[in-house]
Amino acid sequence: MTSLITRRTLLATGLATGAAATVTSLTVPARAAGVAPTPTMRGGSNNYLPGAPIVDRIGGGGFWMTGTVRRAGDGAPLEGQRIQIWAHTTEGHEREPHSHGATLTDAYGAFRLEMPQIVPAFGQPHGHLAYDSGDFKTVFLRPIMPSASDKTLAVHFVLEPV
Amino acid sequence: MPKLRSLLIWGAVIACVAVPLIAAAQSPLLEWREPVYITAGFAGIVGLGLMLVQPLLAAGLLPDLSLAKARRLHVFMGAALVLSVLLHVGGLWITSPPDVIDALTFRSPTPFSLWGVIAMWAIFAAALLAGLRRGLKLRVTTWRKVHTGLAAITVSGTAAHALPIEGTMETLSKVVLCIIVVGVTAKVIYDARIWQRRPARKTQTR
Repeated sequence: MTSLITRRTLLATGLATGAAATVTSLTVPARAAGVAPTPTMRGGSNNYLPGAPIVDRIGGGGFWMTGTVRRAGDGAPLEGQRIQIWAHTTEGHEREPHSHGATLTDAYGAFRLEMPQIVPAFGQPHGHLAYDSGDFKTVFLRPIMPSASDKTLAVHFVLEPV
Repeated sequence: MPKLRSLLIWGAVIACVAVPLIAAAQSPLLEWREPVYITAGFAGIVGLGLMLVQPLLAAGLLPDLSLAKARRLHVFMGAALVLSVLLHVGGLWITSPPDVIDALTFRSPTPFSLWGVIAMWAIFAAALLAGLRRGLKLRVTTWRKVHTGLAAITVSGTAAHALPIEGTMETLSKVVLCIIVVGVTAKVIYDARIWQRRPARKTQTR
């Protein structure tokens, strides 16, 4: 039996991958000067309850919603930004007020909020996040978890000044 | 052995509908859902199961059931199917109104909602056509072509709706039921030569 993958093709593939990786790593910092704002996702604002309180943890916890908030254009991290989070979890439906909470970003523009495990609802395991504080344009996100058994989900905001 | 054959066919049909329901009843997701959401989900599974029974009844393929009796049951099951769709959509609406409004207005982030809504309108149209059958004064063959066309959209739309969903249905039983429903529907349509010029070998008039 002859192998379809010869040493030559393997080498060529390796070189091509390496070249692609180099190009990508070269272009990404160059683009940083023009970091595009995150667009609102379809269905992102569903079951939004404005003014979710800033909490240490939503319910009993066990799941971590993490992420970053940066400014559009220069990509500078934004400190003290309020991110509101809600989802269908093991402790309640999206619509219930106790499924909602908010947190603030730290000096590095990062946020982290513990909440109950997100469970699939309406066909997908997903969360909802909102930036709706007025200094920047409002953004509603509806990220989907790669797997329903994930214990964490990272979500990144790039906000556009009003 | 006509007796055994009949028993096997009925057993298979009942199993096709019952197994996915039993499997879904074991879903861990049920623990975290309200009764109205659970009801909505199961109404959807029942609807999918009825879509297996409908073409079998329409074609008179179920043993020990005359074609006339099967067609009467087809009408009854059609009504049950419409009811299951209403329960499914109504229950989801109560659970999360904005998600259902997004789906109904074709703005949902989930493509499977779109297929579900298309299937819903197709089944409503098929049922309406059945209800107005006498009043419409269509030729039997024309009526049958349109009704069958709507049924085909319903079945394929429902399969496209159900398959990508991560919900209470157990994956294997869901995939198998979808394949069987689509396969049986296609086979019945093909054998009855609904859209061919040549009439079916056994002309079935009501």
